[in-house]
Amino acid sequence: MTPLLVTKGLTRRFGGLKAVDGVDFTLMPGEIRAVIGPNGAGKTTFVSMVCGRILPTSGMILFDGADITDMPPHRRVRLGIAYTFQITSVFPNLSVYDNVALPVQRTATVGQGVRASVMAALEKVGLAGRAAMQAGQLAYGHQRLLEVAMGLALKPRLLILDEPTQGLSDAEIENFVTLVRTVAEEATVLLIEHNMPLVMRLADRITVFDAGRVLAEGTPEQVRADAAVQAAYLGTGAGEAA
Amino acid sequence: MSGEDRHAKIYGLHLAVLAVLFGLSFVLPAYYHGLMARILVLAAFAMGYNILFGYAGLLSLGHAMFFAAGMYGAGLSIAHFGLGVPLAFLSGLACGALLSLVIGLLALRTSGVAFMIVTMMFAQVLALSLIYFAGWTGGDQGLVIPQPARILTLGGAAFDLTDPTVRYMAALALFAVALAVTLALVRSRHGRVLVAIRENEERTKMLGYDTFANKLAAVVVSGTVSAAAGAAFALLFGYVGANFAGVQYSILPLLWVLLGGAATTLGPLLGTLVMYVVTDTASSFTSAWLLIVGVVLILLVLFFPKGILGTLRARWLGWLP
Repeated sequence: MTPLLVTKGLTRRFGGLKAVDGVDFTLMPGEIRAVIGPNGAGKTTFVSMVCGRILPTSGMILFDGADITDMPPHRRVRLGIAYTFQITSVFPNLSVYDNVALPVQRTATVGQGVRASVMAALEKVGLAGRAAMQAGQLAYGHQRLLEVAMGLALKPRLLILDEPTQGLSDAEIENFVTLVRTVAEEATVLLIEHNMPLVMRLADRITVFDAGRVLAEGTPEQVRADAAVQAAYLGTGAGEAA
Repeated sequence: MSGEDRHAKIYGLHLAVLAVLFGLSFVLPAYYHGLMARILVLAAFAMGYNILFGYAGLLSLGHAMFFAAGMYGAGLSIAHFGLGVPLAFLSGLACGALLSLVIGLLALRTSGVAFMIVTMMFAQVLALSLIYFAGWTGGDQGLVIPQPARILTLGGAAFDLTDPTVRYMAALALFAVALAVTLALVRSRHGRVLVAIRENEERTKMLGYDTFANKLAAVVVSGTVSAAAGAAFALLFGYVGANFAGVQYSILPLLWVLLGGAATTLGPLLGTLVMYVVTDTASSFTSAWLLIVGVVLILLVLFFPKGILGTLRARWLGWLP
């Protein structure tokens, strides 16, 4: 099976800082993959290069076997890479409906099904009742969900979620877990997340970043047991870990 | 509000405005009749400007060049090639479309303040070139298009564009087309994308839109509508002059749009109209009329920061397009 996403030696420098340093990464179709790591480990820079918002200093990105290293972001989106922003980036002055209509209308045929597809995407995240509201007036957690709905509306093959649960209540997080599992039936999910219990429950595999490099990779159990991860990320010496 | 209801309201309002403007032709006294024809043409210019500034959020300080491209494209083709009215008008449109495509390709490499300055510089280049090539363009003096060259023959019937009623109706026709173009554009998918670019360009890219191509299309539509107004101005008022390419005519459409309400379909008309009425009234009783115009503008900005229609829409009439 062709991996959906492969990066080879992917590197990004900001001045003297190597934010991402020679990352080799492979993602199989249908996976839910979590990317974890301390702040500043290069997670967001890494996914930003995958979706094209930041160009790599060196290295290569393959999507479904094709080289997309130099492709502009809007064309990557058309190939099926959707990115939801870490810092909520909805259109605050447009209605919730219009926010989702934008990604829908690009692929829908004229007059057909735009409304139905928009409402379906809003239904999935539980915002259908707020379609007419201005997006900027939504509560923060709801804006995060709107962000996800916009990603879903792109009908992506790879959905990149950058800290999607930041600012969500516990109940909202529960809904979110269900949502991601539904999404994963049709798409591959790449998730940056700090909420460890959530990651352990949701992810098929976890990649741990530290200082721009991949520190470890494996199933949640393997990662939990990994001494290096415990040292770098969980902040405990390997010996103390019970 | 249901979609049907909103459609009916929107089309009803726009048709009513056109009907009132049509009716005005028969009741306005001669002086105001001529002034109104001028306002309608300039409002079409403002609508062209509004497409780029109001909806796509790109502030150009060089739109006089598109107005002038239409004006000179029409005027010079009559003066030098003896073209008839329809071909001269089309020549003006073509000049505007071509110029806006080239300027768009170059200026859209920048954004924000740089975009303002780059468009302004290009407009200055055109304005100075028009004066420099005086042998062709008439330089400072401009060119007068004689009355016989301003008779439009369509299917055997002759319309003399120097006749006040014909001129008014031609101006109204231009205005109606520009209004229809704006309305169709802003209610289209492309219009929605333009608003999205204005609100958050980065996000729009990440929804799979080629924002450069969309902005370029907006520049070309905006420039071509502005050129249509310029060409009509030359044909209806018989004069082609370099002052219309000057920086003043780049600032004026911005003022008209801000006054009437950016990103509203009818704001440009209202802004142009109010500005002319205030200027006209003030200058009839004092030589310090610019002072009064200035005070009115300041008051409007203070109390109607979104322009007249923009404020009405924000407070009461949410359905306005």
